[in-house]
Amino acid sequence: MTGSALLAFLAGMALGALGVVLIVIAWRVVRGGRGLTTPAERATLETLHHASRAAAHLRGGLSAGEPVRAAKSLRALLDCDALAIADDHGIVAIDGPAALTVDAERLARSAREQGVTQAWPHSSGVARDEKGASDSTQTMDAVAAPIRIGGRASTGVLVGALVAFTSPPARASLVRAVEEAADWVAAQLELAELDASRAALAEAEVRALRAQISPHFIYNALTAIAATITTDPPRARDLVLEFADFTRYSFRRTGEFTTLADELQSIDSYLQLERARFGDRLEVTLQIAPEVLPTVIPFLSLQPLVENAVRHGLEPKEGGGTITITATEAGAFTEVRIDDDGVGTDPEALRAALAGRPTVEHLGLRNVDARLRQRYGDDCGLIVETQRGAGTLVIMRVPRSQPQHDAAGVSS
Amino acid sequence: MIDELDPLIGYLAIAAVTVVTALIGFLAVRLSRTTSDFYVASRTVRPWWNASAIGGEYLSAASVLGVAGLILLQGAEGLWFPIGYAAGYLMLLLFVAAPLRRSGAYTVPDFTAVRLQSRTVRRLTSVLVIVIGWFYIVPQLQGASLTVEIATGLPPWAGAVAVAVIVGVIVAAGGMRSITYVQAFQFWLKLTAVAIPAIAMLLVVSGRDLDSAAAEAFPAALGPVTVDPLATTSLMVALLLGTLGLPHVLVRFTTNPDGDAARRTTLIVVVLLAVFYLFPVTIGMLGRVHASDLAEPGLADGLTLVLPGRLVGGLLGDVLTALVIAGAFGAFLSTSSGLVVSLAGVISQELAGGTVRGFRIAALGSTLVPLVVVLLIEPLGLAGSVGLVFAFTASTLSPVLVLGIWWRGLTARGAIWGMTTGALTCAAAVAIGLAMRPEAGASLDEWSAALTQPALYTVPLAVLVTVAVSRWGGGRRPSGIDRMLARLHVPEARLDDDIDGRRSVG
Repeated sequence: MTGSALLAFLAGMALGALGVVLIVIAWRVVRGGRGLTTPAERATLETLHHASRAAAHLRGGLSAGEPVRAAKSLRALLDCDALAIADDHGIVAIDGPAALTVDAERLARSAREQGVTQAWPHSSGVARDEKGASDSTQTMDAVAAPIRIGGRASTGVLVGALVAFTSPPARASLVRAVEEAADWVAAQLELAELDASRAALAEAEVRALRAQISPHFIYNALTAIAATITTDPPRARDLVLEFADFTRYSFRRTGEFTTLADELQSIDSYLQLERARFGDRLEVTLQIAPEVLPTVIPFLSLQPLVENAVRHGLEPKEGGGTITITATEAGAFTEVRIDDDGVGTDPEALRAALAGRPTVEHLGLRNVDARLRQRYGDDCGLIVETQRGAGTLVIMRVPRSQPQHDAAGVSS
Repeated sequence: MIDELDPLIGYLAIAAVTVVTALIGFLAVRLSRTTSDFYVASRTVRPWWNASAIGGEYLSAASVLGVAGLILLQGAEGLWFPIGYAAGYLMLLLFVAAPLRRSGAYTVPDFTAVRLQSRTVRRLTSVLVIVIGWFYIVPQLQGASLTVEIATGLPPWAGAVAVAVIVGVIVAAGGMRSITYVQAFQFWLKLTAVAIPAIAMLLVVSGRDLDSAAAEAFPAALGPVTVDPLATTSLMVALLLGTLGLPHVLVRFTTNPDGDAARRTTLIVVVLLAVFYLFPVTIGMLGRVHASDLAEPGLADGLTLVLPGRLVGGLLGDVLTALVIAGAFGAFLSTSSGLVVSLAGVISQELAGGTVRGFRIAALGSTLVPLVVVLLIEPLGLAGSVGLVFAFTASTLSPVLVLGIWWRGLTARGAIWGMTTGALTCAAAVAIGLAMRPEAGASLDEWSAALTQPALYTVPLAVLVTVAVSRWGGGRRPSGIDRMLARLHVPEARLDDDIDGRRSVG
C-alpha cells in the first residue's frame, strides 16, 4: 500500500507539474505568437513594452510607487549595464551591483546641482558584475541626467536624477537616450502627482459632502425640548440625552463608514426628537432582516433619507403618517427602502434636484445620492418613486461585501 | 431490493416540506421582524441562531443519507466521515472564523481580492468557487433522485429535476434567500428527521440481544485494524481543511456582528454537528444488523429512508418514514439553495456587475449546470462524492485562505500558482482514479484508492508551491499588509481604543 501511495503521489505531482507547464506554454504561445515579422517592429514593441511596465511602476511616484521595478524596466529600455534612480535625498533604486550605489549617489547629486546632463568616462572602478574576478578591474562609464518636472527649461523643478552605467565607451546615443528617458520619467512623475492630487480632491469632496445636521432640525429639537422642560422634566431629560447621542454620532470626525445597525440607532434618536414635536402623528414601522445589520454603509447616508421623509413627506401632511423602513438582502447587496405615506413630491422637481440643479429642496437626497455614486458607482445611486399626494419611496442599494471599507468610529 | 413504500406518504412529505420552505422563505422577514421598536429591529442574529443556520445549510444529502449508507457499507471506516465533517469546524474556529469576519469580505473572492490586491486572483478564486459549488450541488441532486425514487417510485431523474427546478425558481424569484431563520429551521427539521426515527428504532430493537447484534454489526475481524491509515489520513486532511473554503458556509459569517461572535457561533456549530451525527451513525449501525441486504453501492444510501419502515412498521413506521423523507428533502433544498444563492452572488458580481437581473439568470444557470452533470454521470456514493469536493476545496481555496490570514509573505503570484497546482493535481488524480476504478462491487485497488483520495499529497503540494512562489517567485507583497493583518487579527473593541489615532480616513 505504502509503495502504491508513493507512486500515486509521484504520479499526481508529475501530472500537476505537466499541467502547469502546459498552461505556461499555452500562455506564452497565445501572448507571443502574434506573427511578428521585421526586427524593427519587434524592437518597437519591446521598447513600448519596457516603457509601459516602467510607467506602471512609476505611477505611484518615487516614494509610494515601485522605483526598483521601474529601474529594472528602464535598464532594459536603455540597454545599459546598471541604472539608478535618485530623488531629492539620494538613490531610491538601483538595478545592478549594489557597490555602484556610492558612485551613483555622487553622480546624481552632481547632475542635480548642475541641472544638466553629464557624462563621466571611467567614473567607476568597481566591479561591473558579481560574476567573477576577471571583471573586477573593469571601469565603467556613467551618464547622469536630471529629472525635471514642469518643463525642460530651467523653470522646472528638479526632483531627482537618472544615472546609467555602461562599459566604456559610452556612446553619444546613450547620453541622448538617458536624457530622453529622464524627461519621460519626469512626465510619469507628473502624472503620479496628478493622481495624488486627484485622490486628495476626491477625499476633500467626500468630506464636504458628508451630511451635515440641518440647522433647522437643531432649532426644532431644542424648541421641542424647551416646551417639555416645565411640563414633563423626565421626558425633557430623555430628549436631551437623545440629542446628545445624535450629535455625538453625527459630529464624529473619523471614518467615512458606519454599519447599518449604528445608523439605525442614530435614526432612532432622530425620530425620538421629531416625535417630541409630532406626537402621535409620526408612526414608524421597521422590517429589518438581521443578516444585513452588519452591512457597511456610508456614514450618515440613511438618516438624511429619513429626515427627507419627515420634512417633505409627513410634516406638510395633515394628521401625519407612517414611515416604513425595510432592509433586506438582495443577492450580494443590501437593499434599504424608506417609504412614507406623506404628500409626495413633484417627480420633475426631484429629478432636477438630483441632477444637481440649483435648489434648496432635497439637498439631503442629492448629497446621499452623490456619495453613493462616488463610492459604489452609478449603479448604486438612489432610486426614488414619488408622485404628488402618493407618498415617497426611496431605495438605496449597497454591496454587502466591502472589505476595503472599515466601519470604524466611536463605538456606541 | 429496496422495499416498496406507499407513494402517497412520499408525495405528501415532499410537498409539505417544499411548501413550508418556500413560504417561510418568502414571508420570514415580514412575519418575524415587523416592529416599531428600533431596539428590537437592530438586534443582531444571536450566535445560537446563526450556528443553527450554518448547520442547516451545511448538513447536506451526504450527512443525512450518506453517512448511514457508508457505515452500512464500510463499517468502522465510515465513521471517519462524520468525524471529519464535524471537526472541520474546529479548524474553522481556530484559524479562519474571526479574522474572516473582521475582514468584512462576503465571499472568498472578495477576501482574496482585498488581501492580495489582484484582479487575477479574484477571477481565479471566483472560478474555483463556482466549480466547487457546482460539484457540491451534484450530490444533493443525486440524493434527491434516490429519495424520490424510493419515496414515490418515480424514475431517478425526476427527483433531481424537481429539486433543481424548485431551488432555481424560488431563488431566482427572490425567496429562499439565505435567511437565517429559514436555514435554522432546516437544521432542526433535519435533526428531528433523523433523531426521532433513530430513537424509535433503538426502542424497538432494545429488547433484543444487543451483544450478538454488536458482534454482527462490527465483526472483530473487520475491526479498526483494517482501516487504511494513508487513505484515512488523506480523507481527514480533505474534510478538516475543505470546510474552510466552502462558499455557502463562509457567507454566514458576515451575519455575525464581530469576530468574537463569529468564534462563538463556530463553537456552537461544532456542538450541534456532533449531536446531529450521533443519529446517522446509529442508523448506520442498526442497518448493519437489520438491513445487511442493502449493503451494496447504490442501494446503501437509501438505508435511512427504508429502515424505519422495516423495523417499526405499521402507521408509526409510515409516519417515521414520512419524517425522514421530509428531512432528507429539506436537506437537498436548503443546501442547494444556500449554494445557489452564494454562487449566483459570485457569478452576477463577476459578470453582470451585481444587478438583480444578473443574479436571477446566474441562479438559474447555477442549478442547470449541476442538473446536466447529474443526468449524464453515474452516481458515486453520496458521502464519497462530497468528500471529493472537500478534497478539491482543501487543495485550492483553503491554503490560500489560511496563508492569507496568517502569513504576511503571501503574494498574488504565489496564490495563483498554488491554487492552480492544487486544482490540477487534485482534478487529475481524481479523474484518473475514477477512470481506473474497477467495476461496481469490487473493492478499490490501492492505486485508485490513493488517487481518488488525493488530499494527503495535493494539499501539501499546493501549500509548498504557494509558499515557494511567494518567497522566491518575484511577485510583490501587497501594500498596506501590516494594516490589513492588524484589522484581521486585532479584536474590534481593542482596535477602537488602540489605533484610533492612527487610522486614516477613507
